[in-house]
Amino acid sequence: MRRTVGVAAASAAVVLVAGCGGGGPQSGGDQKLTGDKIVLGVLNDQSGAYSELSGKNSVTAVEMAIADFTAKYGDKAVTKDISVETADHQNKPDVANSKAQEMYDRKGVDLILDVPTSSAALKVADVAKEKKKLYFNIGAATTDLTGKSCNRYTFHYAYDTYMLANGTGKTTTEQIGKNWYILYPNYAFGQDMEKSFSTAITAAGGKVVGKDGAPFPNTSGDFSTFLLKAPGLNPKPDVLGTMQAGAELVNVVKQYNEFKLRDKGVGLAVGLMFLTDIHSLTPAALAGTTYTDAWYWNFDAKNREFADRFQQKAGTRPTFAHAANYSAALQYLEAVQAAGTDDADAVVKGLEGKTVEDVFLRNGKIRAEDHRVVHDAYLAQVKPQSEVTEPWDYVKVLKTIPAAEAFRAPSADCKL
Amino acid sequence: MSGFAQNTFNGLVSGAFYALLALGLAVIFGMLRVVNFAHGAFYMLGAFGAYVLLTEAGVPFWAALLIMPVGLGLLGMALERAVIHRLTRLDPLYNFLLTFGLTLILQDLVKLRYGVQSSPYATPSLLSGSVNFGLFDFPTYRVFILGFAVLLCVAVWWVLTRTRIGMVVRASTERPDLTRAFGIDVGRWVTPVFGFGIGLAGLAGVLAAPMRAVNPLMGADLIIVVFAVVVIGGLGSIFGSVAAGFGIGLVQAWGEAYLSHFPIVSQTIVFVVMAGVLLWRPAGLFGREEAPA
Repeated sequence: MRRTVGVAAASAAVVLVAGCGGGGPQSGGDQKLTGDKIVLGVLNDQSGAYSELSGKNSVTAVEMAIADFTAKYGDKAVTKDISVETADHQNKPDVANSKAQEMYDRKGVDLILDVPTSSAALKVADVAKEKKKLYFNIGAATTDLTGKSCNRYTFHYAYDTYMLANGTGKTTTEQIGKNWYILYPNYAFGQDMEKSFSTAITAAGGKVVGKDGAPFPNTSGDFSTFLLKAPGLNPKPDVLGTMQAGAELVNVVKQYNEFKLRDKGVGLAVGLMFLTDIHSLTPAALAGTTYTDAWYWNFDAKNREFADRFQQKAGTRPTFAHAANYSAALQYLEAVQAAGTDDADAVVKGLEGKTVEDVFLRNGKIRAEDHRVVHDAYLAQVKPQSEVTEPWDYVKVLKTIPAAEAFRAPSADCKL
Repeated sequence: MSGFAQNTFNGLVSGAFYALLALGLAVIFGMLRVVNFAHGAFYMLGAFGAYVLLTEAGVPFWAALLIMPVGLGLLGMALERAVIHRLTRLDPLYNFLLTFGLTLILQDLVKLRYGVQSSPYATPSLLSGSVNFGLFDFPTYRVFILGFAVLLCVAVWWVLTRTRIGMVVRASTERPDLTRAFGIDVGRWVTPVFGFGIGLAGLAGVLAAPMRAVNPLMGADLIIVVFAVVVIGGLGSIFGSVAAGFGIGLVQAWGEAYLSHFPIVSQTIVFVVMAGVLLWRPAGLFGREEAPA
């Protein structure tokens, strides 16, 4: 029996590693959207790794946008019947696929918002294209959404790997040091980030002296092999660039501090970081770290006003993803108001090439060529603990990266 | 050379966690024939408990190091009495499912209250420096973990091999039927041993809090490797689980350091080793083949 249980335990371990797929296909319904209501769909992670930086609070942000829109137009609004549908895609592409179909077909959703996790985001882009319904992606980073996977109905709203690499890679190379060691999680997002960073670093006159793809997911939670290797490289790197996200980022930073790499002259740059990550690591663990932010709640009075209203509803400060969800919902409603119809093709026509200014989009423009929404981005630095005077106010903005420089030029791969 | 020594050291530190967790699994399996899937969840509870004690009650790391293992050990004993022992007579798969279900419940309860974002836990100030070993510096906290884990394993080994209680437990773990035949009440030892195994998992969790991300899924990620460790060491073999724990820690660290150009190899090396060991010795390195029942 010992043997059978042994084999059972071994195979269970293997099953756990493989993960389980979920979600069966949804049968398409034929319920047509009625002309006098608008349904916004928020499809994101509501229980997993990204549920705090987007999750249910993205729904709150969208509800705020609806309230603001209704208050602004009152009786002149195209409709007063605006509602939100929401679903958990669990960061799984197949679940995202079926939930998106269900939203468009059965729940009468006119626009899908958010969708973190690049692989899931790309699936939803395919669904939007097939159903000819609108999709504003906010939570995912992949540039493929405006590259080879772009389509007429998909807009990429908040950020992408190019924006992160260009901001952090370029500025850190110029200001902190030229030699980089890059540590990335070895899967699509990490590899994409590593390429984008290497390109940006080289273009700024820096050099990648070493790079390693760490196992993903890193089941041991240990990154010390890589952290030990970094200071010993020749030439010695000035900067450790980590592309890990969420809990893995937390592990890397904890261990970076443990091995005292900063004292050994190796600075830290983070590829993708959300306000919630800084909160869980505490500013003390990250003090001095630079990263690129798409939006920061305490940047100016306008952002702060939004953040205060958001906090009343959500009980926490908004991440850039929350602000972007608000902005995206608002701009969609404005576009429907202007077009007088929720017909997707008419709305797309109204959005393309439009310049936009709101709490999230500064110097914003919705590019007609590839549907990249460009806007100002920010190079941010985590404050030392001694300078943190109120909860959640963890970073200072070092510089604004103008919209024209923050994002890449439209890709030749994109044919709308 | 100093690089190799550092990687070896690191491997041993990772291995210390595997060893503590695998040791708990091994004694539990040996005595109860239960593959305790909830082991990772108790590891997580250990870390979370330390975090909650610190933030809500100001209880420092050192006290948590005592409170959490004892508290979780008692919880484990209650759980064994309440549910687990009811299923031990049935096919092992029933307890497998029960403990897996427990894991999901525990994880989601923590998630409900604290969310999925990692919670901060600082290294105790006494251990936040680093130790100079001549060839290289090493964080004091890691040296402490390694020393602590080794001491603990030695202490467990001493209790198991040099005391009467240990002899009874060992005999009931490795040959329960024979032990019963000698007139020893094996059943009496089942509950404390289960609690002890759970306590070890909680202890590993407290030790992990300052250096790993503390979140509801931290145990789920780690337990996969620990199961491989237990299988490699030989299910129910106490020495095997400890040896395999440290061994796998080393294999992983060396794999990452020297096979980083072959990420596929360094990512799967643990499972390749497991498959190899199972082919060569189906009962694991230190497990004993049993005659088919």
